[in-house]
Amino acid sequence: MTGAAAAPVVLRLEGVTKRFGPLTANDAISFALRRGEVVALLGENGAGKTTLMSILFGHYLADAGRVAVEGRPLPPGDTRAALAAGLAMVHQHFTLADSMSVLENIALGTQPLWSPRLDRGRALKRIREMSADFGLEVDPAARIADLSVGERQRVEILKALYREARVLILDEPTAVLTPQESEALFATLRRLVARGLAIIFISHKLGEVMAVSDRVLVLRAGRLVGERATAETDRHALAELMVGAEIARPDIGPAQPGPALVEMKGVTVGGLGPIDLTLRGGEITGIAGVSGNGQAALAEVLSGTLAPEAGTLAIEGRAAGAWSPRAALASGIARVPEDRHGVGVIGDMSVTENLVAEAYRAPAFSRRGWMKRPAARDFARRVIRDYEVKCPGPEAPARLLSGGNMQKLILGRALDGAPRIILASQPTRGLDVGAVAYVHARLLEARARGAAVLLISEDLDEIMALSDRIHVISRGRLSPASARGELSIREIGARMAGLGFDHAA
Amino acid sequence: MRLEPRIASPAQTILYPVAAFAATFAFAALLVLMAGVSPLGVFRLVFLGAAGSQFALLETLTRATPLIFTGLAVTVAFRAKLWNIGAEAQLYIGAVVTVVLGTGAVAAPSWVLVPLIALAAMLAGGLLLLGPALLKTRFGVDEVVTTLLLNFIVLLFVSMLLEGPLKDPMGLGWPQSQRVVAEAQWPRLVQGKRLHMGFPVAILAALAVWLMLARSVLGYEMRAVGHNAAAARFAGIPVNRVLALTALISGGLAALGGVSEVSGLKGNLTLDLSPGFGYTGIVVAMLALLHPLGVVASAIFVAGIFVGADAMSRAVGVPSYIADVMTATALLTMGTAIVFTRYRIRWR
Repeated sequence: MTGAAAAPVVLRLEGVTKRFGPLTANDAISFALRRGEVVALLGENGAGKTTLMSILFGHYLADAGRVAVEGRPLPPGDTRAALAAGLAMVHQHFTLADSMSVLENIALGTQPLWSPRLDRGRALKRIREMSADFGLEVDPAARIADLSVGERQRVEILKALYREARVLILDEPTAVLTPQESEALFATLRRLVARGLAIIFISHKLGEVMAVSDRVLVLRAGRLVGERATAETDRHALAELMVGAEIARPDIGPAQPGPALVEMKGVTVGGLGPIDLTLRGGEITGIAGVSGNGQAALAEVLSGTLAPEAGTLAIEGRAAGAWSPRAALASGIARVPEDRHGVGVIGDMSVTENLVAEAYRAPAFSRRGWMKRPAARDFARRVIRDYEVKCPGPEAPARLLSGGNMQKLILGRALDGAPRIILASQPTRGLDVGAVAYVHARLLEARARGAAVLLISEDLDEIMALSDRIHVISRGRLSPASARGELSIREIGARMAGLGFDHAA
Repeated sequence: MRLEPRIASPAQTILYPVAAFAATFAFAALLVLMAGVSPLGVFRLVFLGAAGSQFALLETLTRATPLIFTGLAVTVAFRAKLWNIGAEAQLYIGAVVTVVLGTGAVAAPSWVLVPLIALAAMLAGGLLLLGPALLKTRFGVDEVVTTLLLNFIVLLFVSMLLEGPLKDPMGLGWPQSQRVVAEAQWPRLVQGKRLHMGFPVAILAALAVWLMLARSVLGYEMRAVGHNAAAARFAGIPVNRVLALTALISGGLAALGGVSEVSGLKGNLTLDLSPGFGYTGIVVAMLALLHPLGVVASAIFVAGIFVGADAMSRAVGVPSYIADVMTATALLTMGTAIVFTRYRIRWR
């Protein structure tokens, strides 16, 4: 990848600016991408990465600035022109038709509408060649629904290559991969740039950015605040550029394990279990694993939205009776759900109405079937202040809040009564660094006052930084617990891939 | 062409609905022109027919009364995303209960009989919607289908009753019920005019529904379930119970419309008691943007168009179907206007 500096420029942005009302999402951004290089686009959520990519693909019209691909200006606001010019993007959420084959997904839309049928033979040959060339192994005849997440991502990349993309944009590509799968992806990317592709790698994970890129562009609050050659910088310097200030590392004292507050024995539900799991007061128990291995079911059991089909669940020593969200709340479990928008908040209702959603039946908020609106609003004002929720006011609809503030709202609702047991499911997914630090601090605070915290996360760094004990979840089964620092990231990665499990048992 | 989300300015939120009504009248004017009549003259006649005299105005309010009840029924259900298309059937069940109890079966003074019939009818209408609601929550059966088809079942059931057990022996063979006794009747509001107590009851119902939705615990739960059932369930709101209660209230409101039509206006039950009040209630509720007080206004508007168009078609040779066209067009243009207040169009 050396010598890329001399290679021709394939993509050039000049002074791209986009404003949404008073907010400047992109402020005069200029950079050039050359053949055969990987440029990492680093920035917190809300820094303007997504807006910039949306402008490239014509979803937004820039207020000022120009985009040129291989020297030819790209007409603004024209998605088809962007695709025809050789730009391709692999989104975090794949855009594949589940019920169709790999071959059909790749060739779909590349042939004229009026051609009678797919030229399967030719397409198959090209896909086979590309798979072999770039280490993107996947069976062209397989149905998408039968593929793993890693394989689906390969199909997305193949789709881009099949359309002769010259600039490949990957949006947080490792969010759904095991460390081993990520390594394989990086190897593929290196082969692709060796063949003359240019790659934009969007991420906020510093480790990956250091591992895969040649150059790093750092966006902050809509502005390009730094451009570094990867070889000449380090994680710490990049993190500071990204946030704009020194980040305080959470100071984690030794755990003071208390009594077992939650005990699951042989719990089975859906694709989960049977599992045994004990959560102790004063400890954070981390569940590491690749998404889709039973984390959602585990979280639902503790949330009360799913009752165990078999096995026992005991809260503070007492067997849980009829299990429901209300029963879970009544037994003192605070829940931070994985899907903030879909499950955590009711977007079209006000911040106040969302904050009382778990407690509106309490005498504090209602009497004889009528809501006590002033009490609810006072409560909302206090939570907004205590949990630093940035919002236009307690009556603003919750959907207007940014991801981080939405999460603070959910944290405020869940943690305000100093609950004894806390479920935090993917609590920092998609949040910016500042909000992540805030969430971590609140979880550590709860640990310090003796609460039992179950942290489910796909971010291995997060699990390893916060957890006193770590279980790995794979195909619905839990590994034995390991203490803080007992296993290396590679060993946990191996467990995430299913090694060391006794799946036959 | 794509839609881009936006937050509309206050001016736009007023301007677009106004434009929607303008478009509705423009389209109707086009049709009237094709019939070879002056549109302005026709609109004037429609207006005079709907509000040009005390008689016309009272007639419009009389016609609006059942529409307020069915509009409220639809509003309550739709707020919780329970798609009740069966207000027509619930209205007829309310009417059936009225004639079953009100034609002499129960002898009681008016202050007992009127509330008794109303409560019994509301219960029957509520239970009629509870079935589809339970099928939805237990087995995932689509309530649009079940409530819609129940309309036909109930109408045929009423037809059977009117040819059999409920048939008026003195009715000269017509499929109609006996008249309700004097103690079961709702009083007229104006001597010699058709407007009856149903109208103020409908207004009270609208106020009650508004208070319930905005201030009560159940209203809060219904809105939460309607906006995001998954989040409501997660927060511990008993979604199925809320939907069941919603069904009882919604069905009850539509049934009260049936009581009001029989006890207040017609006096007996016939198969043409409702010219589709249940379906028009959906239009009324949508035009009111599912706001209970808006329902009163939109019901009066829709009723005015129908009453006015009837009067107009008697004067000039334009069929009164123009009223159906206008309400349907108003629904479409209003729907479009709402889309435009939430999104802007990008042509590329």
